[in-house]
Amino acid sequence: MKTLNTILMAAALVMAPAIATAQAPVAAAPTPAEAAPTPPPAPDAALAVGTAPDAAAAPAAPAPGIQHAIPDPKLGQPTPGGWLPQAQATSVGEQALWMHDVVLMPVITGITLLVMVLLFWVVVRYRAKANPVPSRTSHNTVIEVIWTLVPVIVLMLIAVPSIKLLARQYSPPQADLTVKVIGNQWYWTYEYPDNGDFSFDSNMLREKADLTPSELASGARYRTDADGPRLLAADERLVVPVGAVVKVIVTSNDVIHSFAVPSFWTKMDAVPGRLNETWFQVDKPGVYFGQCSELCGPKHGFMPIAVEAVSKEAFAQWVASKGGTMPGAQAPAAAAPAAAATPSAATN
Amino acid sequence: MTDTTATAAQFQAHDDHAHEHDADHKPGFFARWFMSTNHKDIGTLYLIFAIFAGIIGGAISGMMRMELAEPGIQYLQLWSGEQGDAALHLWNVLVTAHGFTMVFFVVMPAMVGGFGNWFVPLMIGAPDMAFPRLNNISMWLLVPGFVLLMGSVFAGGAGTGWTLYAPLATYGEPGPAVDMAILSIHIAGMSSILGAINIITTIFNMRAPGMTLHKMPLFVWAVLITAFMLLFALPVLAAALTMLITDRNFGTAFFDPAGGGDPILYQHLFWFFGHPEVYIMILPGFGMVSQIVATFSKKPVFGYLGMVYAMVAIAVVGFVVWAHHMFTVGLSVNTKMYFTAATMVIAVPTGIKIFSWIATMWGGSITFKTPMLWAIGFIFMFTIGGVTGVVLANGGVDTYMQDTYYVVAHFHYVLSLGAVFSLFAAFYYWFPKMSGRMYNEFLGQVHFWVFFVGVNVLFFPMHFLGLEGMPRRYPDYPDAYTHWNAIATHGYEIMAVGMVVFFVNVIWSLVAGKKAAANPWGEGATTLEWTLPSPPPYHQFQTLPRID
Repeated sequence: MKTLNTILMAAALVMAPAIATAQAPVAAAPTPAEAAPTPPPAPDAALAVGTAPDAAAAPAAPAPGIQHAIPDPKLGQPTPGGWLPQAQATSVGEQALWMHDVVLMPVITGITLLVMVLLFWVVVRYRAKANPVPSRTSHNTVIEVIWTLVPVIVLMLIAVPSIKLLARQYSPPQADLTVKVIGNQWYWTYEYPDNGDFSFDSNMLREKADLTPSELASGARYRTDADGPRLLAADERLVVPVGAVVKVIVTSNDVIHSFAVPSFWTKMDAVPGRLNETWFQVDKPGVYFGQCSELCGPKHGFMPIAVEAVSKEAFAQWVASKGGTMPGAQAPAAAAPAAAATPSAATN
Repeated sequence: MTDTTATAAQFQAHDDHAHEHDADHKPGFFARWFMSTNHKDIGTLYLIFAIFAGIIGGAISGMMRMELAEPGIQYLQLWSGEQGDAALHLWNVLVTAHGFTMVFFVVMPAMVGGFGNWFVPLMIGAPDMAFPRLNNISMWLLVPGFVLLMGSVFAGGAGTGWTLYAPLATYGEPGPAVDMAILSIHIAGMSSILGAINIITTIFNMRAPGMTLHKMPLFVWAVLITAFMLLFALPVLAAALTMLITDRNFGTAFFDPAGGGDPILYQHLFWFFGHPEVYIMILPGFGMVSQIVATFSKKPVFGYLGMVYAMVAIAVVGFVVWAHHMFTVGLSVNTKMYFTAATMVIAVPTGIKIFSWIATMWGGSITFKTPMLWAIGFIFMFTIGGVTGVVLANGGVDTYMQDTYYVVAHFHYVLSLGAVFSLFAAFYYWFPKMSGRMYNEFLGQVHFWVFFVGVNVLFFPMHFLGLEGMPRRYPDYPDAYTHWNAIATHGYEIMAVGMVVFFVNVIWSLVAGKKAAANPWGEGATTLEWTLPSPPPYHQFQTLPRID
């Protein structure tokens, strides 16, 4: 794993100048949606290990990026001073939220109130002043059986929807898209194996005040409100199409991390040496934030997750801008470099 | 034993004192406190140790609440004297040190070593523990253990969390600090295993004539069951810790996937210990609360056998639910369904205990002395911690709460408001017996109310933070979480005031408290320790009591 990564990174470094030159004509290039025989997107660095010279030589230009959405403060992020679970953007999340709000909360509130009322009653009624002579009762089989069996029944009633929810979480529909999420100290790497296997890193966007003068001078990016809230905004978002069933393969390059998006009711640990699988299907477009949820070292709190759900068209455009392809179109790298000349992007 | 010629005299520890018939004759200061074989002195040492460690553990949580009072990093650079990652590393060190200290050096020593040592022999009518020297070493092993833990903080600090998850605790953090922390827990574990052996032997062999198992006070039952859990759980922890050490230092790869190991294996081993551990911390508290509720209601415990076997059930089931701590590691759906169901089963015996305590009070003639306030506070707070446990037990729902502040709120309700409330209840309840002086009732009640308000303001908002998605072990948080974090920090301040009242009360009472009678609690206090003077003679029960 590590060796492979090193090779990929080396390839990326080798490719960097090539991509830079390839990017030059971007502004002039028509958007892929309008022009059918567009120049194909530059192959992703990771894919291009064997084809670097061709790619560098090809008159390729990546499609322009999409206009990223501005996060909605009421969706996909915590509410200031809030005290309820975040609004859910997936139907599994809605089912889980129903389980929490409609099944569990009433039950536990009821139990707590019952205990509170009973305690209050005994404290008032059986205080020494009100009841100077204590009874000597120490057994009552009937009541003991009742307070054993009633909780059993209540728990069984909870268990039914709980098990159903688990079953639903573990029976994803046919996946429309697979993304691979890789945890690193302290950023995420996202790979799109169905889309030409491009990949990129996602780092937290720092505040302007936290950048050094030299970083500022060199034009380093800092967070703006359009990126999202402090500590949640990331320079690159995990972009997925709205309504698509997204299979998420989660793993790690170093220690354990955890990929979590509260508004999808999704959390999956990123464990080195393991490929964990989970899924989500986002119902509405928007930006959804999460944070690493397994202690992974000093900057554990500073590797946020930002997922952006966009329309299918925008997704295709975004994929093209990342140098990927849409499935159904011919894969560029796997085929001969000749394939690079065929129309590919934005046919979906 | 082939040594049939040995006489009783040869076994006597203090031959030269044999002519003294004074049961209260004490050895000199050094011999008494540093070479002790007396269960009451060792119990006192344990309690002093736990209070000392508790001050440190509590101060660490104060530092954390200070940092979390507002968003941004305010103090970590100052405290660590470093910038960047090194300052942030200090946060993880604080989290880790707080957890280790509270679990291994405060709650466990106070529950089992402190009150267990003091009152198990007294309550079963035994002159001392079965193995007095083993008792001494299990106490003194804690000292090097704690020194190693505190030393690790100054050797770079272990920032792994108290769970020491591999690979963060193996190749994730080189340097001596993590090794020191692991060894520290190894030593604390050894201490607990030795203590558990001692307690089991004492309870099985040294009960006074007539004290059958089903006549034992519930506190003794609770400590017995706890000792068995320690004996079964701690060796597994020891194995996991040893594998961590060899992974770190000797090139093994138990938990390293690159060498064919599995990081999840470590979590299974850890939680096979870790889940019983949480019951280890709370079961003695159940026993204490049972004694106290019965005493101040002037009634026998309701449903004694139900109470005993509810504890046995909790202990047994507590060993087969561990993976509910691992719902998001990538378990199979069947595994999650099993652990969901098994975990919910624990609510049944826990419910039996809550209802039995209330039934014990029902029909009683209750006086609200300080210990009773803490016991009632325990019942209510433990109920809240228990019901959020039912929420978390649901594997499908827990996906959201796993590793958020909801979990932090849950386990502080059962530990900081459960175990700690029972410890305070027991401390006030037995303080007259241990010290021979009454505590100050007014200060005791002030302590209770201030602490009660403080910890609720401190921990209840953490449920909200968790529901809003705030992850654990974060030194800084998105601004949306500011409100409840600020309130939680105010809760800490209130709680800290309560603790000041506690220490004033203890010091004042030790110096100037009224002399305590043998039984200050009246007719409700029926266990054997109240038949002895306060404090009990240095060697009690020279003639064994008979129980009928």
